[in-house]
Amino acid sequence: MTDEPLLRVRGLTKHFPVRQGLRATGLVRAVDGLDFDVRPGETLGLVGESGCGKTTTGRMLVRLLEPTSGSIEFAGRDITHAGRRELRPLRQELQIIFQDPYASLNPRHTVGRIVAMPLQVNGINPPGGIKARVQELLELVGLNPEHYNRYPHEFSGGQRQRIGIARALALRPKLIVADEPVSALDVSIQAQVVNLLRDLQRELGLAFVFIAHDLAVVRHFCQRVAVMYLGRIVEIGDRADIYERPQHPYTRALLSAIPDVTQLGPAGRIRLTGDVPTPLDPPSGCRFRTRCWKAQDVCATEEPALVARDGGNQATACHFPEPARAALQAEAAVVGAEPAGRGVEANVEEVSS
Amino acid sequence: MSLSPVEGVALAEIESDGGMGEPAAKGVVGRSPGQLAWLRLRRDRTAVVSGVLLVFFMVLGLSAPLIEVVYGVGPREQFQNLLDGFGMPLGYAGGVTGDHWFGLEPGLGRDIFIRLIYGLRTSLFIAFAAALITATIGIGLGALAGYLGGWLDAVINWITDLTLAMPFLIIALALTPTITLRFYGERGQVSSAFGVGVLIAVFAIFGWTSTARLVRGQVIALREREFVEAAKASGAGLGHIIFRQLLPNIWAPILVSFSLAVPQFITSEAALSFIGVGLSDETPSFGRMIYDSLDFLQTDPAYVFFPGITIFALVFAFNLFGDALRDALDPKSSR
Amino acid sequence: MDSSEPSPSGEPDDRPAVPAQRSDQDAYLRVSDLRVRFDTADGVVRAVDGVSFAVERGRTLGIVGESGSGKSVTSLAILGLHDPKRTTITGEISVGGRQVVGLPDEEVRRLRGRDMAMIFQDPLSALHPYYTVGRQIAEAYRVHHPKANRREARQRAVDMLDRVGIPQPARRFDQYPHEFSGGMRQRAMIAMSLVNDPALLIADEPTTALDVTVQAQILDLLADLQAEFHSAIILITHDLGVVGQVADDVLVMYGGRAIERGSVQQVLRSPQHPYTWGLLSSVPSLHGDADADLVPIPGNPPSLINLPSGCAFHPRCRYADRAGSRSRSEVPELRPAGDDGHLVACHLSAEDRAAFYAEDIARVGVAV
Repeated sequence: MTDEPLLRVRGLTKHFPVRQGLRATGLVRAVDGLDFDVRPGETLGLVGESGCGKTTTGRMLVRLLEPTSGSIEFAGRDITHAGRRELRPLRQELQIIFQDPYASLNPRHTVGRIVAMPLQVNGINPPGGIKARVQELLELVGLNPEHYNRYPHEFSGGQRQRIGIARALALRPKLIVADEPVSALDVSIQAQVVNLLRDLQRELGLAFVFIAHDLAVVRHFCQRVAVMYLGRIVEIGDRADIYERPQHPYTRALLSAIPDVTQLGPAGRIRLTGDVPTPLDPPSGCRFRTRCWKAQDVCATEEPALVARDGGNQATACHFPEPARAALQAEAAVVGAEPAGRGVEANVEEVSS
Repeated sequence: MSLSPVEGVALAEIESDGGMGEPAAKGVVGRSPGQLAWLRLRRDRTAVVSGVLLVFFMVLGLSAPLIEVVYGVGPREQFQNLLDGFGMPLGYAGGVTGDHWFGLEPGLGRDIFIRLIYGLRTSLFIAFAAALITATIGIGLGALAGYLGGWLDAVINWITDLTLAMPFLIIALALTPTITLRFYGERGQVSSAFGVGVLIAVFAIFGWTSTARLVRGQVIALREREFVEAAKASGAGLGHIIFRQLLPNIWAPILVSFSLAVPQFITSEAALSFIGVGLSDETPSFGRMIYDSLDFLQTDPAYVFFPGITIFALVFAFNLFGDALRDALDPKSSR
Repeated sequence: MDSSEPSPSGEPDDRPAVPAQRSDQDAYLRVSDLRVRFDTADGVVRAVDGVSFAVERGRTLGIVGESGSGKSVTSLAILGLHDPKRTTITGEISVGGRQVVGLPDEEVRRLRGRDMAMIFQDPLSALHPYYTVGRQIAEAYRVHHPKANRREARQRAVDMLDRVGIPQPARRFDQYPHEFSGGMRQRAMIAMSLVNDPALLIADEPTTALDVTVQAQILDLLADLQAEFHSAIILITHDLGVVGQVADDVLVMYGGRAIERGSVQQVLRSPQHPYTWGLLSSVPSLHGDADADLVPIPGNPPSLINLPSGCAFHPRCRYADRAGSRSRSEVPELRPAGDDGHLVACHLSAEDRAAFYAEDIARVGVAV
């Protein structure tokens, strides 16, 4: 792994105007100033709840959406506003896997045609012919190459997702944006696809931006994790840091809200009240303050910067980040002794749209 | 690239297909949605009967000159000797004989059967040509408006609304004679090809709106689908996305609307000819024949009967087939 | 499940299976040998095939299964929400001592809402978009309380909105569903379900469409409400984590049949069926080795139209060979396994299961 990032994102922003008739009546700040890097072969998880802007970010990275401002640099070249022709050589290195295995395959095309599409669109004729390459890809993702002539409706959800993966691999990309690739699948199938992606990632040295709402899946796939809330990254760091030493209150709340099979009974100590505020009118200062139990006056006036503390890799956008590991353990012991939900019960007013 | 380490799992997955007994279609390799629709269509008795009838009509229409040779009577031949003094055909049922299967026209004494065959050809030609042209215009404008959206969509919608607001009948009544006059003058002999062309043009101008709206709606529903985005993410251009990704998914409704547009144009042609702005008497057509026959409703009902029953059977078969096609292409809508 | 223990445990495995009986008399909901069949163009679908369970008031039963396992059909059958023309239901469903199967529609309708209610996965499709949320809740109340006047019904609805944690309930009463956020809508849906104090609440994937932080709120709310109203809850979900958090008892379904049943402790801590093992080991966890591969269940969930013969799980089961040809020819019945009240439908012997579990599953470090 070199230090030169494959993907460098700076100040990436997407605002959607809300129109009533012809008048613009508001601005949805879906993504509001993201900075992150992805190095070659690295897997970055982008997690957050609905409306945090993770999907919009993914679409901007592969240029399905035009960023409002900020820059995306891929392999040293600025592709923020590149046109279709300029993008063409880069398209081959930057692909996307979609969430819905039913909507992402054209029902009127055979599997062979679907997987070959990126090759044909880019006028690539691989040695041995397109068909051989497609069959090789099908085999790579664990499908029977003989199924070349079948149609998507003849496959199950998990198999369809494999087809989508094969299509993304057709151009031998360096970076794949995977947008919730397993969340539409049955639990027993999810593991198959996660394992497949992991094997491919290791074998082909792919870099991934893995977008998911499921922190447990991300933990099994990603080396680095960025937690998003209302269009901003609130915390980014290595997997071990994020999961074991979360510094941002939101990351902590998110982690403790996940029902985990290894814990029976009413688990989790942190309960956030209310829903995520609307990105149409995000709270001033720190966007999480309306649901945060640590919020002070400064949180409403001053927006915390995403900064690394203690010179580490882990950056947090919070005025009152959690202390280092040792202190955290001490606190957990105290809180854990109390009945569920008492320790840090949020005394925050309900917020909703 | 070598086999991936997940091969074992995946092969197990594939092998388990058979064991789990997925529906029989799994066993047959590569059954496209189109093939499935074809199978359903073949199982539908209404579709088969109406389809066979349509093919029969089309073959009749296409082979009109051939039939003329075999039948031995042309569409313009007059058999005045077989009419009585009042111009009425001799014999029963409007002069039905072994030589003139459907009898003769009162007055001019032309053979009704061969005129019907040629009328069938004219009507089918006009209807199919008009349906093809309207479908092409409709698909083109609808797909562009739906996919690109924005101001282009607004303009195309505006034109559609404008076209729909124009009164078809009045404009057809006003336009057809004017155009004919402009090309041929007061006394010029209007060629039958010109009359047919004007009719098709009139239908094309007014008929594309429904297809355009249909296609636009379908494209809007599909354009956000992820398979379209996948094509875009791979660098596909407008042509690829519209023709390769979107259109194959909306052939079904287009085909249905096409199969229902044809009979509509057949009746419209008949109606226009009936009110006199359609084809001239020279060109055999259903509308013209029915128009001419009405004077003899009391005295020679057979003259009305044969063209009437043919046009009825033709349009009915088309409509039944169109409905059956809709059921076959979209099995959910029928139940 | 205290109420549904078959008979004293410890009997040999080859004893014929006994459906839930013993103290079921005091269970509020008793389902025995429920079978639901649909006639479709492609053939007969046995969506539920001989399922038995019971739920007492104050307890929560989690029904776990993948798509097509029959878990949702079971709940619809209990509520009588099926298309009577296409559906054949046999077996017994007793709600508060009343037999539901075969009851006239009109009477089932009266039971529904008053004695049993349902919470759907997608509250947006369950709430009518053109009426205010409050009006819908008030209407639901008045259906079963015809004597209540408009003001009383409104008061009741506002109280319920307040009870499920919706701020400013009087103002919210007059808003439309689209003005509510996802979590709020699910709360409103719960308020509507509870407005008539039903003794049985069926929640079909109530949190699947919600974010985790909101899911946690809703699960807490359900637990609170259960403590308050002492209702019996059936929670249908695919998420074992949710089950582990809120359920007292668990029923695992596969291919329309119950394959394992027991207390949450039994099923999640000492699972007996290879399918349950598979579910547990394929779910990524926040604990344990993040770099270890997940252990997926090979293959796909079966089609209910053409279920594999014998044990429906055998094509995906790693240990099917061990049971010999029986796995393909004989449908395993639910039999007592190990602890009190723990039932499993598997051909493997108890010793084999213990050995396989210790060797292949527990080692991976899931479900300690």
